[in-house]
Amino acid sequence: MKSPIIKLKDISFQYQGVESFALTNVNLTINKGEWVALIGPNGSGKSTLAKIMNGLLVPESGKVFINGKLLDEETVWEARRSVGMVFQNPDNQFVGATVEDDVAFGLENNGVERLEMIQRVNEALQQVRMSDHKQKEPARLSGGQKQRVALASVIALRPDVILLDEATAMLDPLGREEVIEAIEKVKEQHDLTVISITHDIDEASKADRIIVMKDGEKKSEGVPADIFNLGKGLIDMGLDLPFTQKLKHALMERGIDIPDEYLDEEALLQWIIQSYLTM
Amino acid sequence: MFDKLLLGRYLQGNSIIHELDPRTKLLGSFFFIVIVFLANHWLAYLLLAAFVFIVIKLSNISISYFLRGIRPMLWIIMFTVIFQMLFTVGGTVYFQLGPITITSLGVINAIYIFMRLVLIIMMSTILTLTTAPLELTDGIEHLLRPLSRLGFPSHEVALMLSIALRYVPTLMDEAQKIMNAQRARGVEFDEGSFVDRVKAMVPILIPLFVSAFNRADEMAIAMEARGYRGGEGRTKYRQLKYSKIDAYALLTLLLVTAALIAIRIFIG
Repeated sequence: MKSPIIKLKDISFQYQGVESFALTNVNLTINKGEWVALIGPNGSGKSTLAKIMNGLLVPESGKVFINGKLLDEETVWEARRSVGMVFQNPDNQFVGATVEDDVAFGLENNGVERLEMIQRVNEALQQVRMSDHKQKEPARLSGGQKQRVALASVIALRPDVILLDEATAMLDPLGREEVIEAIEKVKEQHDLTVISITHDIDEASKADRIIVMKDGEKKSEGVPADIFNLGKGLIDMGLDLPFTQKLKHALMERGIDIPDEYLDEEALLQWIIQSYLTM
Repeated sequence: MFDKLLLGRYLQGNSIIHELDPRTKLLGSFFFIVIVFLANHWLAYLLLAAFVFIVIKLSNISISYFLRGIRPMLWIIMFTVIFQMLFTVGGTVYFQLGPITITSLGVINAIYIFMRLVLIIMMSTILTLTTAPLELTDGIEHLLRPLSRLGFPSHEVALMLSIALRYVPTLMDEAQKIMNAQRARGVEFDEGSFVDRVKAMVPILIPLFVSAFNRADEMAIAMEARGYRGGEGRTKYRQLKYSKIDAYALLTLLLVTAALIAIRIFIG
């Protein structure tokens, strides 16, 4: 279970014409089946890191291993097949003229047989609940629907890892919920590894592990409880606190004695009920 | 004016003409436009008109719709027809004033030209009205494929066409948004002289241009991330298949051609 699927070793990266490094000596291991959230303020190198993980950018120094294989010019296409990416803008990653064409696009690129292609397209669309919209053009879909199609086109390729590069950033709350729900379902069905880059702290709280980036460096990592317990430290890094933490702080300010550790919604609810009963 | 233009628009439907293979329709329309120029006798025009009429009937789209579609083009047609009439010399002279003469041959030629233009416009309108843009690009790609042996980038052309078509509504939306945003900041688009209006387009065009570049960039990255590396080794999801009706359609067209040639040789 705990076998590493992506391993980054001493990654440094610098964009052309920019003086500072976008990433400096990042070491990272992501295990199979894990849900990892990458958080950090703007310009902390999250998206750069994502693009390095499937070979869209080549690091200045350091090595990337995917499924134990070193990522180089020869293995880059294989790496792209095993690490699927969903990007931020739902419009700009919709290549096909209709929903089914878009899902088929990646399969066409990989030379999948037509009969199998049809089957995989149908399967993938079913999993994100977009089968009814198969023939529709992107102009007739909502943002959340387009992102679900983007997700379907990634899972049709049967990747090992799904990388979400702020995939829900441009969506309304409802669309966001739909997409996250679809991702959770797909992850469970296929035992996928999910890496989500996000500003949405509630999305991050769903992860098994959170990695905090700042100024191109990995600042800290841990389970959500650990990270959210950083409290003010998190705010100093330009990040927001999850709703339960905010509530906890507000209660503390009013002199209510609340346990120090991180509580998720359920735990906080239990605690409040408990304290009512003992009052 | 352009919203009345029918050419290039698609009407969903499920007639025999809609079901024809796009390649048949493309080739057929092209072939028809060529054979229109074979006709030089009123019988030939009658035959062609009957053919177009039958095709329109089969497409289940009402003729009045087509006639309305021709209206924006009427000026161009009338202009050509009148010029033809005024400057063709030959046959009985009906009217003369300086270099302008109206002769019997001129009148006949003008009528022929009128028929030719209307028939060609009708046929191309049928093509675009009954074929979805996507099918059209598929058809074009297939027809261009033999050229790729000569080094013609048929896959790239087809991909560009289909991406361009897919982005038309997206970019239209964006242009509308930018226009409204500029309006909210006090830019007037429909007032002032012609020069003023052209100048007012700049705050729409430049943001649109920049955003198109950004879109292209992101799209390229998304395509690469999904394993796109050119046309080689790709399979196709969409497949075109000829059926029986395609054979019938081409056969009819050949019969019409044969009849036209016969008219030209024996009567015309």
